[in-house]
Amino acid sequence: MLLALPILVPLAIAIALQLLPHRPRLLRSIAFAGALAILATAISLLVRVEAGGIQVLQVASWPAPFGITLVADLFSALLLVMVGIIGVAITGVSFAGVDPRREALGYHPLILVLLMGVSGAFLTGDIFNLYVWYEVMLIASFVLMSLHRTRAQLHAAFTYVGLNLLASAFLLTAIGLLYGQAGTLNLADLARAWPERRTPALDAVLSMLFLTAFGIKAGLFPLFFWLPASYHTPPAAVSALLAGLLTKVGVYSMIRVFTLLFPDPGAGVYALILVLSATTMAVGLVGAIGQRDFRRVLSFNLVGHIGFTTVGLALWTRAGMAASILYLLHHMLVITSLFLISGLFLRQRRTTDLRALGGVYQTQPVVACLAMVPLFSLAGVPPLSGFIAKLAVIGAVLDTGHYWLAGVALAVSLLTVMSMARLWDESFWKPAPAPSTQAPLGATILTPIAWLVALTLGLTAAAGPVYTLSLRAAGQLLDPGSYVRSVLGEEATRVAR
Amino acid sequence: MELLLAIVAGALYATGLYLMLRRRLAQLIVGLGLLSNGSNVLILAAAGVTRGTPPIITDTAVTADQFADPVPQALILTAIVIGFGVLAFSLVLAHRVHQSVDSDDIDMIRSDF
Repeated sequence: MLLALPILVPLAIAIALQLLPHRPRLLRSIAFAGALAILATAISLLVRVEAGGIQVLQVASWPAPFGITLVADLFSALLLVMVGIIGVAITGVSFAGVDPRREALGYHPLILVLLMGVSGAFLTGDIFNLYVWYEVMLIASFVLMSLHRTRAQLHAAFTYVGLNLLASAFLLTAIGLLYGQAGTLNLADLARAWPERRTPALDAVLSMLFLTAFGIKAGLFPLFFWLPASYHTPPAAVSALLAGLLTKVGVYSMIRVFTLLFPDPGAGVYALILVLSATTMAVGLVGAIGQRDFRRVLSFNLVGHIGFTTVGLALWTRAGMAASILYLLHHMLVITSLFLISGLFLRQRRTTDLRALGGVYQTQPVVACLAMVPLFSLAGVPPLSGFIAKLAVIGAVLDTGHYWLAGVALAVSLLTVMSMARLWDESFWKPAPAPSTQAPLGATILTPIAWLVALTLGLTAAAGPVYTLSLRAAGQLLDPGSYVRSVLGEEATRVAR
Repeated sequence: MELLLAIVAGALYATGLYLMLRRRLAQLIVGLGLLSNGSNVLILAAAGVTRGTPPIITDTAVTADQFADPVPQALILTAIVIGFGVLAFSLVLAHRVHQSVDSDDIDMIRSDF
């Protein structure tokens, strides 16, 4: 039952929010309570998975390959906790005020529906359900993105909608072909039967289709162009939500589907993912250097750092996978808080153009200190979480002897430092080009950012235990047999790897 | 029958992708619709078409593989519903673009960048 709660709670809250009278304070409080409830269920699920191994729920007690299966292993449970954390931050920001028109059009229920979609994607044990959850969160994000009608926002929304629907079509095609050959959609059943079939030609087609579909969602080179073209236009809370969660669902699905369906580390697709990860890092960060807008710099950084999270899958080692998981957790926290910080500029200066920003360090040292943590954590400055996660990734890369990739990762880290230093310099340190006319920021909007910053510092302090947990999660991912046994029962053991 | 469906699916994918590469929003949306229908036909073709044997078991002695598989049809039905919702949304979005820009050329929207 606990497994269904991260899906049922946001659904119930979203319905309640639609039915309740339109009083902003009430709606905001209920949405916030819903996010807190997701966080609480996610944490208890993580505790249970940590103690008792992979948790499985066969909905309505239909046996595994026939019914709907929800599965939580350590990887999904860790990411679910992040959904809760980010959900709390985003719904918390609403207390500082939401555009009234947006709020009247169902801003809060949509946030909850999006959280439900993401939780569903992390929990599902069925590849067709994965597609359905994708559509749930996509349609929520589409509406969140296009609730406004400035030209830039409409253009961004169309780019976003078009490319993501294309990705969905690719995913559906892959699922259709897979079902035609394998006759099952349950991920565990597929993991049991599919790799045994050894049909290299079909495997190549399917892995490319899945790679394209998830690559578009994750923002992998060369499929990422929709992301920097769209993430800088919606209100800061929305772009923070999308940046923190949606691309990560792409990464999650890629890791989940590839480890289960193509458990052959020698397959050509992994060499391709390795090259694509390196190119994503390089292109993303080189792109970031040329940008003059706070949020566009962040978007390109978001893309570039996705490369670090897919490296682990390509390396196919326990250390590599664990490093990528740690990086994913770190990146979700940091990029969400940075997008929220861009919202502070929007509030005070009505723009995130770097040329119009500045002077925050002199006038609002508290804000500058808050922003310093995620900025320098993303840059990988020791001892912050970004440094530890990058160290883990580069260590894992060196272990496997891909020295060129370690070189790329280090060069990209240097570029990240440059781009973060530039953000810091332009938007916080340099004197303000014009004095701010807006009132100083209140505690309501700073608290959610402080919450994410505190958790970033917490991740830094607890990096050891979290890394150990990531190692265990990586162990589960690299042993599809344990997933199959948990879902299908012990009799499936003989065929599983 | 499968061959015919495969050709139809291929044609739908090709026209859908071609239309998505055009600059006009209306064509983009029609392209999306064709593409999602293409994947529906593909699911049907990939799972195999069985004539005259609905999946209703009256005689318990026969095995399941003699019957048509109902799952692909369930998948297609789900995909049609989702595709319909998404298409409706894109039409509304395109309508709003047309209202605010007075054009359905995708490059015209970004003229105030």
